[in-house]
Amino acid sequence: MLTYIIRRLFYAIPILLGVNLLTFTLFFVVNSPDDMAVSQLGAKYVTPEAIQSWKKKNGYDRPLFYNPDAAGSGAVTETIFFAKSLRLFAFDFGRSESGRDITTDISTRMWPSLAVAVPSFVVGIWVNICVALLVVMFHATRLDRWIVFVFVAMMSISYLFYIIGGQYLVAKTWRLVPISGFHAHGQFWKFLILPVLVGVVAGIGSGARWYRTLFLEEANQDYVRTARAKGASEIRILFRHILPNALIPILTGIVVLIPSLFMGGLLVESFFGIPGLGSYMLDAIKSQDFAIVRSMVFIGSILYIIGLILTDISYTWADPRLRLD
Amino acid sequence: MKADQMIPSTKTQRHFTWLLLVAVVMFLVACDERPWNDPQLPSSDGLATYQSMIISTPPKHLDPAISYASDESLFTMQIYEPPLTYHFLKRPYELIPGALVSLPEVSYLDSSSKVVNEDDESVAFTRYTLHLRDDLHYQPHPAFALDASGRPEYLFETAAAGERYHQIPDFPHTGDRPVHANDYVYAIKRLADPVIGSPMLGFMSQYIVGMKAFSEQVASLPRDQWLDLDNYAMEGLEVVDERTLTITIIGRYPQFLFWLAMPFFSPVGPEVDRFYHNPGFVDRNLTLDWWPVGSGPFLMASNDPNSEIILERNPNYRDDFFPSEGESGDLEAGFLADAGKPIPFVDRAVFRIEKESLSQWTKFLQGYYDRSGEVHSQPAGLFDRAFQIGANGVELAPELKEHNITMSPDVQPAVYYYGFNMRDPVVGGYTEKKRKLRRALQIAFQTEDYLNIFYMGNGIVAENPIPPGIPGHLEGEAGMNPYVYDWVDGVAQRKSIEYARQLLAEAGYPNGRDEITGEPLKIFLDVQSQAINNTLMTWIVRVFSQIGVQVEFRPADFNRTREKMLTGNTQIFSFGWSADYPDPENFLFLLYGPEGPLECACDGANNGNYANEEYDSLFRQMRILPQGPERDSLVARMVELFRYDAVWLFAYYPTEIFLNNSWVHNNKRHGISRATLKYVRVEPDERAKMQNRWNQPITRPLYAAALILVALALPGVIAYRRRQKATARHAQE
Repeated sequence: MLTYIIRRLFYAIPILLGVNLLTFTLFFVVNSPDDMAVSQLGAKYVTPEAIQSWKKKNGYDRPLFYNPDAAGSGAVTETIFFAKSLRLFAFDFGRSESGRDITTDISTRMWPSLAVAVPSFVVGIWVNICVALLVVMFHATRLDRWIVFVFVAMMSISYLFYIIGGQYLVAKTWRLVPISGFHAHGQFWKFLILPVLVGVVAGIGSGARWYRTLFLEEANQDYVRTARAKGASEIRILFRHILPNALIPILTGIVVLIPSLFMGGLLVESFFGIPGLGSYMLDAIKSQDFAIVRSMVFIGSILYIIGLILTDISYTWADPRLRLD
Repeated sequence: MKADQMIPSTKTQRHFTWLLLVAVVMFLVACDERPWNDPQLPSSDGLATYQSMIISTPPKHLDPAISYASDESLFTMQIYEPPLTYHFLKRPYELIPGALVSLPEVSYLDSSSKVVNEDDESVAFTRYTLHLRDDLHYQPHPAFALDASGRPEYLFETAAAGERYHQIPDFPHTGDRPVHANDYVYAIKRLADPVIGSPMLGFMSQYIVGMKAFSEQVASLPRDQWLDLDNYAMEGLEVVDERTLTITIIGRYPQFLFWLAMPFFSPVGPEVDRFYHNPGFVDRNLTLDWWPVGSGPFLMASNDPNSEIILERNPNYRDDFFPSEGESGDLEAGFLADAGKPIPFVDRAVFRIEKESLSQWTKFLQGYYDRSGEVHSQPAGLFDRAFQIGANGVELAPELKEHNITMSPDVQPAVYYYGFNMRDPVVGGYTEKKRKLRRALQIAFQTEDYLNIFYMGNGIVAENPIPPGIPGHLEGEAGMNPYVYDWVDGVAQRKSIEYARQLLAEAGYPNGRDEITGEPLKIFLDVQSQAINNTLMTWIVRVFSQIGVQVEFRPADFNRTREKMLTGNTQIFSFGWSADYPDPENFLFLLYGPEGPLECACDGANNGNYANEEYDSLFRQMRILPQGPERDSLVARMVELFRYDAVWLFAYYPTEIFLNNSWVHNNKRHGISRATLKYVRVEPDERAKMQNRWNQPITRPLYAAALILVALALPGVIAYRRRQKATARHAQE
C-alpha cells in the first residue's frame, strides 16, 4: 500500500503544476499586474511611479512566463510565474497583496471552517443514510413515491433559498438563534446551529435520494433475502447487511470530501458571517488578491488529491477483498 | 442471565445521560438572561460599548502612511491624531486645531528663503509652523516599554526570541510617552520612503521641499533591517523644539492645510517603527499596518480582520470636550445637549464584519447594532423597506417608527456623473454645433426622474461640480444651469423635449438623424457592469428615444473601464469623485486640462479630457488664492464655463440616510472626517432593555416541528411493526 501511496503522490506533482499554470493564466488574462496595483493602491492619485513601485515591491515587475532580458535559466526563473507559483511547492505561501502572512491567516481561519463543515458533514451523512434506509424499507409503496417526489423537489431548490429562508424564519422571525456571526469562545455553538441545520436540510434531497438508489440495489441481493428468511429484523437487515455492502459507492462520494472540509463553504460562510477559509477565498477574489487565490487553489488541489488517495485506502477497509498494489 | 439484566440497566443509564445533557443545556440557556439570538459576547466589565459593523471586507491598511480608503479611516481617524481636524457640528466644514495649540502659522519665503509678504510675486516657498499641545501622549504600547536599564524591552535579535508574541495584547508590559514634534517629522519621512509605498509619495513630492530627494536617497540604501529615518534629513522639515516643527512647501498651496487633517500627517514614533521591524514580526502580522499606535481618543484593542475590530478608550488621551457651538438648527436638534462635556463618551467600540445585507439589517432592527452603518447607510436593496414616500418626502417605515429609530440625512461631499469624452469625434469638441448636441442630450436626460426611480430620491441634481457644504456651491437661481433649466416661479424647470429636439436639429441631427448621411445618431455609454442593470438601460434608451437618439451600452469591469478612459477609447463614461477636503479646488481639478489622461499620459482626474484655456488659467490662479471674494469670483466663472461647454451629460450629489437606534446620541454625520466616534454617546441600559423586549424567542415552531416529526415517524413505526409481525402469507397478499 505504501508503494501505491508514494506513486500517487508523485502523480500529484504534474497535476499541481497544471493547476498552478491554469490558475495563473486565468487570473492574468483578466487582471494585469497594473490592474492589481491600482486595485491595491486605490483609485486616487495613482501615479505611474506608484504603480511601478508597487509592482517592484510585490514582485510583479517581471514578465509573466518568459524573460527575454535574462540570461540562461533566468529567462524562466526571473518571471512572475516562477517566483510566485513554484514556491508554493515548498508550502511557502508568502504574503497577501495587502501584506498579511497567508500561512498565519489560513491556520487561523481553518478552525471556524471546520467548526461548521464537520458537523454539517457528519450530521448530514447520518441523516441522509437513515432517511434513505427508511425509504428503502417502504420501497414500491405510495409513501416511497411521495418521498422521492419530495427529494426531487428539495434538490431542485437553490441552496441560497435554504440559507435565506432559514435566516428569515429561524433567526429573524422566530429569534431562536443569531442570524449570523461567530465567536471562537463562549457560546460558539449557538452560531453553528443554523448553518448546520441549513446545510443538513439542503442536502437531504440529493443525498438521501442517491443513497436510496444505492441501497435499493443491495436490497434485492440474495443475502438480504437470506437474512430475512433467517428472521433478522428489518432494522438489522438495513444497518448490518445492506449498509456495509453499499459502502463502496458511498465512500467514493464522501471520503474525497473529508480533507476539503478545511476549505469551508463559500456561500455558507459568506451568509452566516463565519470567518473561515471559504469567505477568505471569496474576499480574495473580490479584491483581486492573487497571492491568496493561488495559495487557496493550490491547497484545495492538494486536499482533493489527498481525498482521492484516502478514498482508495478506504476501499480496502470497506471491502477486505481489495488490495492496493 | 447476567447479560439480560445488564441490558435494561445500560439503556436506563443511556436515557438518563441524554436527559441530563438536555437538562444541562436547557439550564445553561435558561441561566443566560440575554436573548437567544444575541450575536454578541456577554460583557461584564460595565464599559459603555458602541456596537457597530463594517460592511463586506475588513480594512486592508491601517498604517497612516498607506491607509487612504474611507473604510480604513473609520479606524485610523480614531486612533491617530493629525495636527488639524474638523469641527464636528459646523457647516460649511471648518478646520480646527487637533493636536495643535492653534492653526499653523503661515509664512512666505522667496527663493533665497527670505520671508516676504503673502502677495509678493517672489514667493517661492510657504512655511507652516506647527505648535503642538503639551498634553499629547501616546497610548500604552509594548513599543514604548523599557527595561530596567532604560532600553526598549522588546527588541529581539532573532525571530525565535519573539515567537511567543502573536498579537499586541500578548506582550505583558507596555509603556508610553509624550508625543514629540519629531514624531510628525518622522511620519512625513515615512511617506517619502518608497519601501513603505505610500500613495501620497508622488503627490506630496510635488510640494514638500526635499521629499523627492529624500525618497531617492533612502531608496538607494540597503534595507535588510530597520532603517532609522531620523538619520537622514529632509530639507523641508525642521524640528524647532520638542513641541514645534516646520514644514516648507514649494510655492503656494493653501489646500495643504486640509492635508494636515488627514491621517498621513499623524505622528509615528521611531521606536514604534523599530518595534515592528523585529525579526519575524511581519510573519505573524505584527505590523503597523494591523496594529496602529497613536495618540488619538481610542486604541486598537483587538484586530481580527476575519470577524471584528475592537477599539478601546486611550487612557492617555488629552483633554477634549464636546463643542459648544454648531450650525443653526443644531441646538433644536439636540446636538448641543452634551456641550462642554469631556469626550470620548464610549469606552469601547466593536465593529463586526458583515458581508450580507439581510443579516446586517436584521441585527440593526433587533437592536444589536446601534446604527445602520458607518461609511455607508442602510444596505443597498433594503432602502424601500426602511423608508416610504410620505407627505413630507422620505419617511421612516412604520416598523422603524415603532422602534423610535431616528434618521441622519447626509449629503456627501461627492459628485457622480456621466461625462462626455471631449475628444470624441461625435459628442466631443468645442464648436457651437457640438455644444448644442451635448445640451440636447443633457436636457433629454431627466436626472430628477433618474434619482426618484433608481435611488428613491436619494440624491440631488448637480448643476455644478461643487457639492453642497463646500464654498463655490450655489443655491437658487444662481445655482441653476441656464442651458438646461429655466427659472419659473422661483423653481428651476427643465427645458422642454421640443427645445432639445430643436437643439439637436441645429447640431446637425434633425429627428436624431445625421443631416448629411441620414444615419441615426447612436451614442455609446461606457459604464461599470455593477453600476447598471436592465431596468436602468431600458430607462436610458427610452429617455433618449424621445429625441430620436439611439443608445448602445458597453458595460465592463472597473479595470477595463479605467483602461478605456486612459486611452480615450470612450464616448460617454460614468465616474464619481469623493472629496479629500472641502475646497472647490478638489472638484474643479476634475476639469483641469493638464489632468486629462490623453494630455498627461497618466491616470489624470479629468477623464473627459476637457481642455479650455480660460478654465485652466483660472484654475491655476484659484488654486493658490486664499478663501475670499476674489477666489469666489474665479470659481463662479469656472462653473459658468463648465455649464457653457456642457462637459457632463448629467451629475448628482449622492445623499444617504443613516438610521440610529434611540439609545445612540450625537449622530450628526460629517461628510469629510471620520474622527467622530469620540462624540457618540450610548445608553447601554436602554439598549439592553430594548434588545430583550424585541428579541423574545418564539418557541411555538419548535413544538410544531417536534409534532411534525412525530406525526411523520408514527406511521412509519406503525408500518414497520405491522411488517415485522406480518406472516409470509400476509406479506405476499
